[in-house]
Amino acid sequence: MTNPFAKPWIWSWVAAALAFALTLGLTSGRGAGELAYAALSFGAFAAIVGLGQMLVITLGPGNVDLSIPATMTLSATLALKAMGSDEGTALLGLVVALGAGLGAGLANYALIFLLRLPPIIATLAASLVYQSFAIWSNRGLRIKPPEGLADFATGRFLGLPNVAWVGLALAIVVWVVLERSVWGRWLLATGQQMRVARLAGVPVELVRASTYVTVAVFAALSGYLLASFSGGAALNMGTEYLLMSIAVVVIGGTSIAGGYSNVPGVWGAALFMFLVVSMLNSYGAGAGVRNVLTGAIIIAIVIAASTKKRGRA
Amino acid sequence: MSLLARYRIILPAVSLAVLLAATFWMQPRAMSYFGLNLLFNLAVPIALATIAQMMIIMVNDIDLSVGAFVSLVACITATFLNDAPVLGLAMLLALIVTYAVMGAVIHALDLPAIVVTLGMSFVWGGIALFILPSPGGSSPGWLRTLMTVKPPLAPMAVVASVVIAVVTHFLVIRSGLGTVLRGVGGNARSVQRAGWPVIRLKALAYGLAGLFGVLAGMALVGLTTSADANIALRYTLLSIAGVILGGGEFTGGKVSPTGAVIGALTLTLASSFLSFLRLSPDWQIGAQGAILILVLTARLVFRQKRAEA
Repeated sequence: MTNPFAKPWIWSWVAAALAFALTLGLTSGRGAGELAYAALSFGAFAAIVGLGQMLVITLGPGNVDLSIPATMTLSATLALKAMGSDEGTALLGLVVALGAGLGAGLANYALIFLLRLPPIIATLAASLVYQSFAIWSNRGLRIKPPEGLADFATGRFLGLPNVAWVGLALAIVVWVVLERSVWGRWLLATGQQMRVARLAGVPVELVRASTYVTVAVFAALSGYLLASFSGGAALNMGTEYLLMSIAVVVIGGTSIAGGYSNVPGVWGAALFMFLVVSMLNSYGAGAGVRNVLTGAIIIAIVIAASTKKRGRA
Repeated sequence: MSLLARYRIILPAVSLAVLLAATFWMQPRAMSYFGLNLLFNLAVPIALATIAQMMIIMVNDIDLSVGAFVSLVACITATFLNDAPVLGLAMLLALIVTYAVMGAVIHALDLPAIVVTLGMSFVWGGIALFILPSPGGSSPGWLRTLMTVKPPLAPMAVVASVVIAVVTHFLVIRSGLGTVLRGVGGNARSVQRAGWPVIRLKALAYGLAGLFGVLAGMALVGLTTSADANIALRYTLLSIAGVILGGGEFTGGKVSPTGAVIGALTLTLASSFLSFLRLSPDWQIGAQGAILILVLTARLVFRQKRAEA
C-alpha cells in the first residue's frame, strides 16, 4: 500500500503524463493548456464507453460488448432525428438516446440469456441489426444538433470541458457503486467466480442483465454527446470506439480475466490514447507509423502490467 | 461422443443447405456452374481466415487482428510479391514466424490474447498503410490464374472450399499433433503434465493461424486483383462468427474445421441471398445479423433435443 506503483491504475496515468510531457517537449511548453483541454474533451467519450466496457469485462472471461459502436451510432441518429435541430429539445433527445441504449442493452441480454449465446457472438450479431436500424433511420442525412446542445457539448465550465465533467461524474458514480454498493460487490463476486457467487445467493442473472443494460446506456450517452460535439451523427462515428473501449479498459489496469475493476485507470488510459496520437502527430509520424507505435505501446503496457502483477504475487 | 461429433457438423451443413435451397428457389438461374461461382466467389478468403481464427480459438484464445493481418498480407501480395517475389515471400514467411512468436510470448508471459492481438491489429494496420498508403497494387499473374481457373464439374470456389475442409480436417482432427493441439484448448495443464511442451504447441497453433491468414490474404488479392490497407477489416468479426456457426466453441478446444468452412460459406451465401431478396440495402447488414441469430437459435434447439434424448 505504501508504494503508489503497486496500484494497477497508476501506469496508465504515468503513460499519459509521459506522452503529455513528450508532446510539450517539442513545443517547449507552449500550448499545454490547449492540449490538456483537447485530451479531456476527446478522452471523455472514450472514458464513458470504457467505463461501460469495464463493467462488462469485470463479469468474467468471455464477457465483452462488441455492439458499442452500433449502439452509439443508433442512439445518436435517433436522438438527432427526434430533436430535428429545434431549440429546447435537448432533453427529449437525451431521453430518446438513453431509451435506444436501454432497448439495445435489453436485446443484447435477451440474446445472451434466452438463446444461451456467448456474449461475444450475441453482441456481434445484434450490432449488425442496430447498424441497419441506424442506416434506415439516418438515410444519409446529417441533421445538426440544436444550437444550445451543441454549445453545451463544446462548452466549458470552470475551465474544464462540459463533456469531461459528465465523464468524471459518471466515473465517480461507477466508482462509488462498485466500492460501496451491494450491486458493485455482487458484480465483482460474479466476475471472480460465477458459480460460487450463485451458490452464495448473489442474483447472478440480475447482475449480468443490469451490466449489459448499463454498458449500452453508457454507449448511448457517449454517442449522444459525440454527435452533439461534432455537429451531427455519422454512420461510422462509433467505429473506432470498439477497439478503443477494450484498449482503455485493459491499459487502465482492469483484469481481463474479470472480477477486478479499475475506475481511475480508465480515465488515465482514455487520456493516454488521445495524447499518444497527438504526440506522434506532433513528431511528424505518418498514419502508418502512428498505428504501429500505438499497437506496440498497448502491448508493452500489457506486458509491463503482467510482470508487475507476478512480482507482487 | 461420436454422436456429439456428428451433431456438431449436421447443423451447419443443414443451415447451408436450407439457405442454398432458398436461394435456388428465388433465383433458379443461380443453379448453374456460373451461378454458383458468383454466389461463392468471395468465400475462399473468408474460409481461410475463418480457419486461421479457428486455430486460435482451438487453444482457448481469440484473435482480434485477423482482419488487419489479412489486409496486410493482401497489401504485401499486391506489391512486393508481385514486383519482387523473393522479397515478398520472405516477408510473408516473416509474418508467419511473427505469429508463432506471438503465440509463444502470450503463453510464456500469460498475457490476455484478446489484448495482445488487439494491439497487433494496430501494428498490422500501420504496416499495411505504410506499404500501400492508397488503394492499388496488382495481383501476381499466377495467383490470378489460380483463383480464376475453371475446373470441370464444380466452380473454383466450391472445389477450393472442399480442399480446405479436407486438408484442415486431417490436420486438426485426424492427425496426432492436431489432437494434442485441441488438448491444449481442453486442458493445457494436463497436456503439460503428459510431457508436451505447451509453449511450442501454442506457437504452432499461432503459426498455423498465421499461415492460413497469409493464404487468405493471397486468395483475396487473386480475386480482387488489387489491395488496400482496409480491404479485409470485416474479416475479424466474420471469422469469429464463422467458427461459431460451424459448431465451434470458444473454450475447451471444441472446433470443427469442416464446420468452420461451412460457416464461412453460409455467411458468404447469406449476403448473396439477401441481394436476391431485393431487400433494401438499408436492411442487408441487419438481415445478416438476423440470419446469424436464427442459425444459432437452431443450435440451441438441437442441443436441448440432445439433452432430452
